[in-house]
Amino acid sequence: MIRAVDSAAPAILVRDLHKSYGAVHAVQGIDFEVAAGEVFGLLGPNGAGKTTTVEVLEGYRLRTSGIVSVLGHDPGGRPRALRERVGIVLQSSGIYRHATPRELVAHWAGFYPSPRDVDEVIGLAGLGECQDVLTRKLSGGQSRRLDFALALVGDPELIFLDEPTTGFDPAARRAAWDVIRTLAELGKTVLLTTHYLDEAQALCDRVAIVKDGRILAVGAPAQLGVGASSRYRVAWRDESGELVSRETDDPTALLHQLTSAALARGVGLADLSVSRPSLEDVYLELTAEAGVEAAGRADAGKASR
Amino acid sequence: MTALGLTWRQYRLERKMFWRNPSAAFFNFVLPLLFLALFGAIFSGSQQDLDVIVPGIAGMSIMTTTFVALAMNLVFLREQGVLKRLRGTPLPSGNYLAALAGHAVTNTAIQLTIVIGTGALLFGVGLPHDWLMLATFVAAGVVCLAALGVALSHAIPNFDSAPAYVNAIFLPVIVLSGVFYDAENAPTFLRDIAQALPLTHLIDGLSAAMVTGAPFAHHLDDLAVVLIWAAFGIVLAVRGFSWEARRG
Repeated sequence: MIRAVDSAAPAILVRDLHKSYGAVHAVQGIDFEVAAGEVFGLLGPNGAGKTTTVEVLEGYRLRTSGIVSVLGHDPGGRPRALRERVGIVLQSSGIYRHATPRELVAHWAGFYPSPRDVDEVIGLAGLGECQDVLTRKLSGGQSRRLDFALALVGDPELIFLDEPTTGFDPAARRAAWDVIRTLAELGKTVLLTTHYLDEAQALCDRVAIVKDGRILAVGAPAQLGVGASSRYRVAWRDESGELVSRETDDPTALLHQLTSAALARGVGLADLSVSRPSLEDVYLELTAEAGVEAAGRADAGKASR
Repeated sequence: MTALGLTWRQYRLERKMFWRNPSAAFFNFVLPLLFLALFGAIFSGSQQDLDVIVPGIAGMSIMTTTFVALAMNLVFLREQGVLKRLRGTPLPSGNYLAALAGHAVTNTAIQLTIVIGTGALLFGVGLPHDWLMLATFVAAGVVCLAALGVALSHAIPNFDSAPAYVNAIFLPVIVLSGVFYDAENAPTFLRDIAQALPLTHLIDGLSAAMVTGAPFAHHLDDLAVVLIWAAFGIVLAVRGFSWEARRG
């Protein structure tokens, strides 16, 4: 058994995690670590095994094999000492329909040994306006804020967010992102899953790209793009106005050729750009299989950077 | 917070939520009382019939407040993800389930008080003869029907189908068990089925304690049947318990 953590120990440690449901191998050997205070993202298409992985860490599912440590505990036995230090936002979960957010946050506070102040949590989660409205009348975004508040009120060290913004309109997503950034500023360790690239890019210190129950790449969003490929992309508009792009290991030579040719013909190179592959490119490349590209591109179209 | 304190807090939340939900309050209180009033009116000329209907409705009240309410509630809470969410908090499962059970028992107590009071004041049934026997049968009936209700919730796939599952059992059982008539007068084959059901024996015990004054010793077999069902229900309730909605 792993001993209690010191501050240098990772908040989460996963080694060769496997989880099968009958003949379905949802998770097929996953390794990663999350440092204390880090915002770590599991990014992947639906059915990649993200939720299964998170639910093993939350104690909802027993792993088939592998080593898992959460804040120094084995989550498999759901020890109460661990539950007191962890906040969980599930993909979707109901709540007492005839209670108000304020009542629920206050009630949840009573589950924990040293909860945060109820008013403070209501403020942090942005529930001020709807704190006295019955939960059944809340909008999707407001319900999600309540989820955050309930996960936060116990003042946990570690917070799990399973697809925190799926199905949200852009405004509600931004609001949820603000709350998650606040969690990070409070020094919380956050493990989130998402199938939105921009979300991973906007929120995570590090991202693991997951597909078919395996991790394909891990790293900081910016480094993932660079690290996975040494190629540059050079793009420009040709004479017919069509955007052309070409990948190269040697952008200097390519640019020289392009610009020389353009100068020689006395034409410009509209929209000329040189870029490193983005997380988006890496993600699409790594997860490129039927169905996945479409979803990825659609999401990437809303990317913030 | 102490274990008892946690349970108490949770119990109070459940009570508060219950009273804020008019339809839950209706099904738990108004419906059995409506039955009592209707059958009281129908049988108003016959004390013999009233003596049957009051313990019958008392038995039915125990079934609605435990069996029906728990089966419906648990399916709803499971389906909505409330159970799963609570399971992720430090609230121990035992405290939570104790609070839910306490909530159901409170409803039973309130309803029995109303039914027995109405029987004594309006229907000339008089106050129970044997309070200890009454309490014993009520306690056994609550444990039995609550456990069976929890067990049934495991068999119900989703909330949409919950009323169908619950009523498919509840309605035949209350009719067969002699809530509305003296089960002794039913045809033999129906009586044989009724004899296997816990509610029949619960009502027999309640009737003895409330109306006939027959000695407790003559109804130990009734208590035994209720307790056998209780044991069966508890095993099923514990074994199949699921905190999450079914996948797919």
